[in-house]
Amino acid sequence: MGILLFGVAKDIIGVALLEKPAQVRDVASLKAWLYEAYPGLRQLKSMMIAVNRTYAADSQVINEQDEVAVIPPVSGG
Amino acid sequence: MEILIDIKDTITVQEALDFIQSPACGGEVIFAGTVRNHTKQRPVLKLFYECYEAMAISEMQKIATQVQERWDIQKLVMLHAVGDKYPGDIAVVIAVAAAHRGIAFDACEYIIDTLKETVPIWKKEFFADGEIA
Repeated sequence: MGILLFGVAKDIIGVALLEKPAQVRDVASLKAWLYEAYPGLRQLKSMMIAVNRTYAADSQVINEQDEVAVIPPVSGG
Repeated sequence: MEILIDIKDTITVQEALDFIQSPACGGEVIFAGTVRNHTKQRPVLKLFYECYEAMAISEMQKIATQVQERWDIQKLVMLHAVGDKYPGDIAVVIAVAAAHRGIAFDACEYIIDTLKETVPIWKKEFFADGEIA
């Protein structure tokens, strides 16, 4: 499954959906890959990853069928 | 506790009021968040709200569960608008009903504060000078 992008993360990367590289196996490696491939993300105050619609810790494993999303700082309300 | 959670283009205070009406409740608190025409003294033309809807609904449900565990609230409404919103438009409505007003105020403030921290909704500001942030 792809990686969903929202808000300013979508603007920085320029697309709403990214292919997940094969070497990405957990949240930590996903974040490392994103910062490397899209250095503009480093300007974000925070970048959370959601796995299956829940905020995920760095240690969380990402499986092929998981719904993964990049969550830049939220600004609702 | 009865709960109404929704994310859609247009929301109204009236639908929240209608939902929380109850003869068992003596305290109804409603918070409406509207679009301001300025941010730090710079004129704002409009806001654009987008959301990760499935997760946003799920996070709003988590807030409702926390409220239920903490206070004796009878009815709870959380509505958020998406899309283009102009000064004066309503962006968010929180409404709670309880037997007495004290916990209704507390719960309402907790809900809007937590929503702004955890629910995946994003706003983009369109300034009169052309900048978008």
